[in-house]
Amino acid sequence: MSQITLKNVTKEFMTRGGHRVVAVDNFNLTIKEGECFSFLGPSGCGKTTTLRMIAGFEDLSEGEIWLGDKPVSIKSKNLYVPPEERGLGMVFQSFAVWPHLNVFENVAFPLRVMKLPKHEIRERVLSALSHTDLLSSERVYPSDLSGGQQQRIALARSIVTNPRVMLLDEPLSNLDPKLRESMRFEIKALQKKFNFTIIFVTHDQSEAMALSDRMLVMDLGKIVQVGAPDELYQNPTNKFVYGFLGLSNFLKVEAVKGNVFPKGGADMPIPFKLPVGVADGDGLLASRPNEIDISMDAEGGYPAKIEKRLYMTFCIEYHIKIGKQSIRIHTSHANVFPEGSDCFIHFKNPRWYAKESQEIELERTERQVL
Amino acid sequence: MKYFLTHMFQRKSSMGDRRFGLDQGLFILSLVILIVTVLFPILMIVIRTFFKGTQLDWRLFTQVVLAPENLSAIINTVRIAFMVTVFGTLLGLFYAWLIGRSDIPLKGVMKALFTIPYMFPPFFGAMAWSLMLAPRSGYVNKLFMQITGGTSPLLNINTIGGIVFVETCYYFPFVFLQVVSALERMDPTLEESARIAGAGQWYVIRKITLPLVLPAIAAGAMLILISSLSHFGVPAILGFSNNIFTLPTKIYQLINRSAGSFQGIREGASLSILLVVVVVAALYLQRLVLKTGHYDIIKGKSMRPMLIKLRGAKIPMLSISLVSLFVIVVVPLFMIFIVGFLKAYGLPLKLENLTMRNYQYILGQSKMVQDSIVNSLFLSVSSGIITMFLGVMIAYVVIKVKPKGKGFLEILSLLPYSIPGIVLAIGVILVWSGAFGVNLYNTIWIILIAYIARYVSFAMKSASASLEQVHYSLEEAARSCGATHLESLRDITLPLIRPGMVAGFFLIFLPAMRELTTSVLLYGPFTRTLGVAIYAINSEGNTVQASALATVAIGIIVAGNLALRFITKERKGL
Repeated sequence: MSQITLKNVTKEFMTRGGHRVVAVDNFNLTIKEGECFSFLGPSGCGKTTTLRMIAGFEDLSEGEIWLGDKPVSIKSKNLYVPPEERGLGMVFQSFAVWPHLNVFENVAFPLRVMKLPKHEIRERVLSALSHTDLLSSERVYPSDLSGGQQQRIALARSIVTNPRVMLLDEPLSNLDPKLRESMRFEIKALQKKFNFTIIFVTHDQSEAMALSDRMLVMDLGKIVQVGAPDELYQNPTNKFVYGFLGLSNFLKVEAVKGNVFPKGGADMPIPFKLPVGVADGDGLLASRPNEIDISMDAEGGYPAKIEKRLYMTFCIEYHIKIGKQSIRIHTSHANVFPEGSDCFIHFKNPRWYAKESQEIELERTERQVL
Repeated sequence: MKYFLTHMFQRKSSMGDRRFGLDQGLFILSLVILIVTVLFPILMIVIRTFFKGTQLDWRLFTQVVLAPENLSAIINTVRIAFMVTVFGTLLGLFYAWLIGRSDIPLKGVMKALFTIPYMFPPFFGAMAWSLMLAPRSGYVNKLFMQITGGTSPLLNINTIGGIVFVETCYYFPFVFLQVVSALERMDPTLEESARIAGAGQWYVIRKITLPLVLPAIAAGAMLILISSLSHFGVPAILGFSNNIFTLPTKIYQLINRSAGSFQGIREGASLSILLVVVVVAALYLQRLVLKTGHYDIIKGKSMRPMLIKLRGAKIPMLSISLVSLFVIVVVPLFMIFIVGFLKAYGLPLKLENLTMRNYQYILGQSKMVQDSIVNSLFLSVSSGIITMFLGVMIAYVVIKVKPKGKGFLEILSLLPYSIPGIVLAIGVILVWSGAFGVNLYNTIWIILIAYIARYVSFAMKSASASLEQVHYSLEEAARSCGATHLESLRDITLPLIRPGMVAGFFLIFLPAMRELTTSVLLYGPFTRTLGVAIYAINSEGNTVQASALATVAIGIIVAGNLALRFITKERKGL
């Protein structure tokens, strides 16, 4: 009964300049019980606002939110359940552990609100602390602990009431990279143990992909694509999703009579079949740097020129010139070619996308500063 | 002290690796200035109280302390300060919560109104309330007696309660501003995570919000307590006529009555020590309270906190706030303004009773008033400039040079903060009236020295705040580009803190312009300050002229504040 349903959820803000911004635009979504679901998108896309509406910190401008079969926000009926009555767990980016309470008291807080008997509080707090590896710091104050430990307090505090739904608002982005990785596993392990539904908000695509059963990519307040991580990675629906989910090259191209030519004056077509239904005209050829072969062999390759070579830990990166445009290629350390030499490349899995209008990009930057 | 200095020099030379450079020079200079202006006066008070010649002598002290009239002054002081602190804190908290966490409208207007009591000296308020609620002559009381036909006044402002009321009106912003700023800086997710944990609004306020702003409350409350303990103006204006004395007014009376005789000053010094003991006890209390809570609540994204909906209570709350602010802020200023135009005090407030004569007299004829305006302008500007530079120098030494002994320097510079103005004045008299071969008594210079000592803490604090923003690397980058130490200071550090310095100047200029407590003991026949002139004219019973002069002072203060606001707004561009 912990499925989460959002129906036509819309949130509008007035900026200080009296400008109206639609932060979340007609959001329809069902998150299944026990699922780990991520909201992924750049800052300003509305993902945190959506989460805060589910938590009850923001009212809706329109729409409904249901937790299981219980409505918590229905704008048209003016129904609004305050956050403390929604029975959720939540972990914040800033940890939000209370500096005036020690670790035990931080974790005990939700139970004290419930007025549970002392021995039960103690029992449950200690159990939560043992699950988050904090037993030895029971009497310590948060300021004496590291960021990772503080986030563990927040985790312990959110699981102590055994909630069915856990909201995670960029919980890992204040941690250093190594810790971030190990905390991912901890969160996953906790979910397995307690079997709650997770909504995970992040702007980090690898985090979202590693954690989620399903995820959605948001842009400019709208859902762009929903699906399992591999579905999204294999089949991005537009240029934005493609670019957001991994390293990418976008080669400006033009299709003439079904043949695709790079912009900037090459007369040889790129071996690529236009998808069905795409007409001639300008477009983008998207490719991932590790999905391009490079060789000195002319066979089946497209002529290009090596501009720069960077030796890196996990690969060699080549900057390749195709006409006047430049793309990146990641290849194994075995392929060492000199800079300045001519080469041939082969796109293994190229995709065709329509170009984005400049207004969209402008709007994206505007929303980030809001 | 000598020991300390030689010791320090030895340490430097024993290190042997550095020349006597600019930094050391600044350190020594700061130290010497602070010792002379701050430490000497305080030491002299102790010495004069406890030593007769070179002989230790407790008799004077015990005699003064145990005198019944002084004992009652102690009790009054503590009682008043305690009540002012309690009421001021409650009032400040109430408004801070309304503005910081509720959805009450007109927040901007209310916040602006709250800064007004900050601008004016509380003794203006005492004068204004006296105009309204003096037992027989106050306008409100007269109106009340007319209506009821009785002879008993509505309220008598010349009581302990009256003093508490007026001081509360002027000191509650200490708590208000501290708490509002703490609430604004507080990470909203601290409260949100409690809501998610199942706690309702009031539970969150009790268990999370209040404990987290407790340090701010305590800091504000202690500021009120210390200010009230050392406060002179209000009890002087409201208490004298009814024989209600506090320690500062008693000290003033002792010195005044003895007409500057040495015995009188000694007695005043003894009482001063008592006052300092009370203040230090309060400061100690503050440290005890603050020790428990020192944590960082400023982090996280800047998100709007969830505002609590007042719903039905919105209009009543707004009315209460606006009416009380109106009574506390607007009414007193209006009274002073209107009475300044009256032909004589006590005349009904009607158009035909108004005149410009008071202004003509004080601005055109009274040499004393003209002198006082010139004196105050001179003192405020010069002490503002000197102290501001002194503050920058000390802050630079403490923050950037960090010599051994910087702790001592810091304590010295912050000491005047906790020394009541009236006590400082006595110390300055003891040092600068010939005891060390320099006699500045009755000159304007002795007041200047006292102002510098009094405001050096302000300057030091404000300069520290701006210097801490200037990262080491900025100066180091200049050095690495080939600038000398002096050049990097002159071309990089000073320009960067210039806006802070200008603001710092005004933070001294404005209170100095209305200063009363210190000047009232130090002024000579030709060195009255604006505050002293208003106070003197008022105590002579020339209420209308005092009000007119107070209106002039209000004008100057408002102009200064507007200038300050303009400058701090421009700050970003500088």
